[in-house]
Amino acid sequence: MTAPWTVDEEPRVHPVARSGDLVHVRQVIRVLAQRCGLSLVDQTKLITAASELARNALIYGGGGTVRAGLVEANGRRGVAAVFEDSGPGISDVGQAMTDGWTSGSGLGLGLSGARRLVDDFELSTVPGEGTAVTIVKWAR
Amino acid sequence: MSERIPILRIGDTLLVSVQTDLEDQTVLNLQEDLADQIVARSAQGVIIDISALEIVDSFVGRMLATIAAISRMLDARTVVVGMRPAVAITLVELGLSLGGVSTALDLEKGLAKLSRPTSSAPQ
Ligand SMILES: Nc1ncnc2c1ncn2[C@@H]1O[C@H](COP(=O)(O)OP(=O)(O)OP(=O)(O)O)[C@@H](O)[C@H]1O
Ligand SMILES: [Mg+2]
Repeated sequence: MTAPWTVDEEPRVHPVARSGDLVHVRQVIRVLAQRCGLSLVDQTKLITAASELARNALIYGGGGTVRAGLVEANGRRGVAAVFEDSGPGISDVGQAMTDGWTSGSGLGLGLSGARRLVDDFELSTVPGEGTAVTIVKWAR
Repeated sequence: MSERIPILRIGDTLLVSVQTDLEDQTVLNLQEDLADQIVARSAQGVIIDISALEIVDSFVGRMLATIAAISRMLDARTVVVGMRPAVAITLVELGLSLGGVSTALDLEKGLAKLSRPTSSAPQ
């Protein structure tokens, strides 16, 4: 899935280079979710998923970027976000996506939980090159 | 320098009211400050008010569970109060049910919970 940016404007790119950037990413996603008209619960789910993925990009990917914007398909509007890093990649995606599996000191819920919290979730990773996770939450 | 969240004291209870979206380091500072203050002030209880928090991700969720565990070890009880409904729904779907964390709907109910004698050991 190459994120189908269509609405109004190009997505903006936001750095995820230090832990303070996570606060900014959550704020950016919140503004988009509100503009998109997501329900309060869906806003909360999307922001939480974004926070998990941005933190992964920071901690495991050594930093990266978030591209986020509004999208439209089949008459529906949504918020899409792409979390990219050029870190070590994930050698066993199935394992990484398992509830409770962590290579560090986390709870191992970030990836699997984020997938449950959004409508579309796609992870592509190349060992040694990096990881990109694309998510979309559609307005109902 | 990173921010520190003020810790208030009411009788033998410590009260923390989280007002804004937190940087990770601020969350870690709070964990340490609370452990210090529980001992320094011989606190029996800790109330963490998260009613202003719009999201709780796995990092903050883990912090709440850790604070509850630390305070248990220091002979104090922790009650998390004011969780928003959307946050509760999201946390459960994320897979974080915060099993060992005692909660109450608001500050008043949290204080009432702390003033009751421990019925059985939490968790
Ligand atoms: N961007 C990434 N680059 C490399 N490895 C990653 C990346 N994201 C996740 N991983 C790997 O997948 C594992 C699972 O990630 P997940 O977010 O589910 O859990 P966690 O970060 O370990 O803990 P939690 O998110 O619950 O605090 C991580 O421990 C890490 O090994
Ligand atoms: Mg994670």
